[in-house]
Amino acid sequence: MNQGIPLVSGTKNTWCPGCGNFAIQHAVRFVIEELEREGIPRERIVLVSGIGCHAKIVDYFQVNSFYSLHGRTIPVATGIKMANPDLYVICFAGDGDLYAEGLDHLVHAAKRNVDITVICHNNRVYGLTTGQYTPTSPYGYKGRSTPQGIHESPLNVIEVLLGSGATFVARAYSRRLPLLRRIIREAVLHPGFAHVDVLQICATFYNLTAFYDEQVYETTETNVSQFDFACRTGHLWQYAEKGPIPLGIFYRTIRPSFPEKKEPFTKDRALAVKEIISRYS
Amino acid sequence: MFITDRVRYHLLTEADIVTECSVLIGGKAGDGISQAGQLIGSVFASLGYHVYQYTDYPSLIRGGHNYCIVRAAERPVTAYRSGIDLIIAFDQQTVDIHSRRLTDRGTILYDSDRVKATGIPLSLAGIINPLEGVQIMGNTAMTGALFRVLGIPWERIEPVLRRKIRAQPEKNIQIGNAAWNQVSSQMEVQDLGGSGRPFFSGNEWIGLGLLAGGIDAYIAYPMTPASGLLHFLAGVAEETGITVYHPESEIAVILMAQGFVYAGKKTAVGTSGGGFCLMTEALSLAGQAEIPVVIVVSQRTGPSTGLPTYTAQSDLLFIRHAGQGEFPRWIAAPATPEEAYRLGARAVDIAWKYQVPAFILSDKSFSEGIFTGDPDMQDPVAHPLSAPSFPYQRYADTPDGISPILSPPYTGEVIKVNSYTHDYQGITTEDPDMTVVMADKRKRKAQALLNYIDRDESIITGGNPDGKTCIVCWGSVRGQVTEAAEGSEVRIVSPLILEPFPGDAFRKAMRGVERIVVVEESVSGQIVTILREQGFIPDEVLLRYDGRPSAVEELSARLGRVL
Repeated sequence: MNQGIPLVSGTKNTWCPGCGNFAIQHAVRFVIEELEREGIPRERIVLVSGIGCHAKIVDYFQVNSFYSLHGRTIPVATGIKMANPDLYVICFAGDGDLYAEGLDHLVHAAKRNVDITVICHNNRVYGLTTGQYTPTSPYGYKGRSTPQGIHESPLNVIEVLLGSGATFVARAYSRRLPLLRRIIREAVLHPGFAHVDVLQICATFYNLTAFYDEQVYETTETNVSQFDFACRTGHLWQYAEKGPIPLGIFYRTIRPSFPEKKEPFTKDRALAVKEIISRYS
Repeated sequence: MFITDRVRYHLLTEADIVTECSVLIGGKAGDGISQAGQLIGSVFASLGYHVYQYTDYPSLIRGGHNYCIVRAAERPVTAYRSGIDLIIAFDQQTVDIHSRRLTDRGTILYDSDRVKATGIPLSLAGIINPLEGVQIMGNTAMTGALFRVLGIPWERIEPVLRRKIRAQPEKNIQIGNAAWNQVSSQMEVQDLGGSGRPFFSGNEWIGLGLLAGGIDAYIAYPMTPASGLLHFLAGVAEETGITVYHPESEIAVILMAQGFVYAGKKTAVGTSGGGFCLMTEALSLAGQAEIPVVIVVSQRTGPSTGLPTYTAQSDLLFIRHAGQGEFPRWIAAPATPEEAYRLGARAVDIAWKYQVPAFILSDKSFSEGIFTGDPDMQDPVAHPLSAPSFPYQRYADTPDGISPILSPPYTGEVIKVNSYTHDYQGITTEDPDMTVVMADKRKRKAQALLNYIDRDESIITGGNPDGKTCIVCWGSVRGQVTEAAEGSEVRIVSPLILEPFPGDAFRKAMRGVERIVVVEESVSGQIVTILREQGFIPDEVLLRYDGRPSAVEELSARLGRVL
C-alpha cells in the first residue's frame, strides 16, 4: 500500500477552468481509492494515455503510467496486460485520439475482448490543436479546418463498439458524477474489454453544457445483457445536435477474455533452445 | 570431396572444385519446391556436409516458376554457384530455363510424366499411384532418387525422412524407397560422417539467438521475408515459454511490444521495410521513453511493395535515420548462422543494457536462405543491469546516461514512462534546462554504447589481411564476396555493427588499404555514405538491384573487371 503518498501528484494542472477532465480525474481518484481500500494495491494499477488534453491526467496521478502516442493507448495497454495479467490497465483517450487516429485498435481490442478499461474523454472536438472537428462532432460542425462546416455524419461509437464485440459498453457524462464513478468502477472490475464513452464539454472550443444538462437521462439499465436491447439503446442518440441522450451501462456480458491464462513456464530456456537445435540436426 | 575416380566423368567443370555439389530443384508454386530442397539439404547435412539453400519464388500461391538451389560443401558456404550438378525438374520450365546451367557432366532428374528432357527419367505417378500416395510425395520420391544417383545407401536416407516428414511418414518412406530403387547410381557422394549439423533458415537462426538472449515475447504482423521468424517462434512458443502474438498492424506490433517491455518483458518484433515504415512513429517513442525493444528488419526490393519475395540492401540508411528527433540505436547485420545467433542474443542484451532500439538488419537472401550452422552455439553472456536507487526515478540522471529500469508492480514506487520530454520521474516538462538534461543523458548513453561496440569483433575481416585493395561489404553479400574473391590478393572488410559505427575498429581494419571497392545490393550504394563520414572514399561501387543475389561466378566476373 502507498499510504501517505498522495494519489494526486504535485504537477501543476493546466486544464482550462470548467473542463470536463476534472470530473473524470475526480471519479478515477475516487475509484482508485476505493479499490485500494478493498485490497487492490496501487502499484497494480497502470494508467495509459494518448496525446491530447485528456492525456495530462496521467501526469496528475501518482500512479504507474505510460504516456503514449496519439491514438495508440490500446496497443500499449494490451501489451502491458498480456505481459502481466495481474495488472489493472486503464486507458485514457480523447475522441480524436481514439475514434480517428486509433480506431482500428479500438475495434480489434473489442474483438479480442482484452481485459482492459478504456475511458474516452469525448468532448467532440480537438482541444489541444484548437477546435477542429472529430469523428463525433455533429453534421455541419464548423472548425478551423472546416470553416464551411463538415458534410459528414458523426460516428455512433456505441454501435461501433457493440458491432466489434465489446463486452462492456457504457456512456457517462462529466456532470453526472455519481453515475460516472459507478460506471468507471464497474468497467475496471469487468473481466474483459470495457469501454466508457464520457461526454464532457470543452470549455474553450465546444461548450455544450446547457444542451447536455437538458438532454441526458439515466437509463434503468435493465436487460443490459441483451445485445438487441443494447443496440436499441445505443441507436437512440446518434451524436447529433438533438437529444435525448441516454446514459448508463448499455451492454454487459461475459465471454472468454484475453489474454488467456498461461501456466507459468518452469523449464530451463537454454536447454529448450538446445533441444530445438538438436531436433533440426 | 565426393566423386570417386570411378565416376569422374560425371564431374563438373574445371572451375568446380571437387569438394561440393549443387542441386537445383524446380517446379510450379504449390509443388513444395522449398520443402523438397530442405529435405535434400537435411540429407546432405546428415552426411556431414555444410549446406546452403537459396529459394527463388514469385509472390503468388499457385503456378509460376519456383526453384531452389541446395549447395553442399566441405566448408561453410553462404552463397550459391551458377554451375549446377544435378537438376530436379518437376516441370518443363525448369529444364527450359536452367539446363544451360548444368556443369559439363551434370544431369537432369525429371518427372517423365510432365517433362521432356535428356537425363534420368522418373515417373512420379508411376511410383506414387500404386502406393496410393498424393502428389506432394513427389518430393520424397525425388529425394530418394537423387541420393541413389549420388550413390548414397538407403539406410543413410531413411532416418532423415523419418525425422523430417510429419505427415504420413511411413507412406513417404515407401515412396522414397521405391524411387531410390528405380534409378541407378551415377556418382558417389562421400559420406563425411559425424552427427550432422543443424539446418535452419536465417530467420530461424536469428530466432534462436533471440531466444538465447532471453526474449519473453515476439510480436509481429506477417510480411515477407520476415514472416518465417514469426512462424518459427510461434511454433516453439510453448516449449520455450515465450508469448508470440500477431495483432492488427505493425503499428500495434511495436506499441504492444513497448507495453510488454514497460511491464518488464524482453520483447522483439520483426517486419520488412513497409511494415517498418508503420513502426517509425513508435520507434521514436522508444527513443524518447528509453524503452528497450529489439527490431528485426528483413529487407526486400523496394520502393513500396517492390519485389516482395526478392532481396535488397536498400534500407540501411532508412533504418539508421528512422524516427523524428535524435536518439541512439544499435544496428547489426549478420551474414552467417553463427553471427545471426550471436547478434540475435546480443540485440536483446544491448537493448536492455542501453535502453535503446536494437536492430537486426537482415534481407531476403539471409532470412530465407537455409544454412547449416554450428551445433554447439555458445551461450551468450549478458551485461548485468545496474540497480535502481530509491525513491525510484525512471529517468534518473547517471554518469553514463543509463537510468536503472524497473517495472510495475513495484511496491511503494511509481513507474512512469513518457513520450513527451519529461523530468527525472517521467512527468511531462517543457522546461529548457530539463530538455537539455534529458537530451544530454541520451547523448552520453549513445557515447557509452559507441565505446562498447567500437572493438575489433564489430568488424569482420577476410581475404588477404595485407591486401592493398579492399572490398567493403555488409550483411548477406559477404558470403558471395568472400568466395568470389578467393584466389585474389584482395582484403575484405565487413562491418557487423553499422550503428553506432565502430570507426576506430574500421580504420584499424583498413590500415594500408589503397583502393576500396564497395559491393552492395542497392541502387545508390548506401554504405558509401557511412564510409565518407569516416573519411573513406570508395574507388569502385559494384551494385546490383534486380532483387537477385549474385552467384559466386557472376560476382567473380564483375570483380575481375575492376580489381
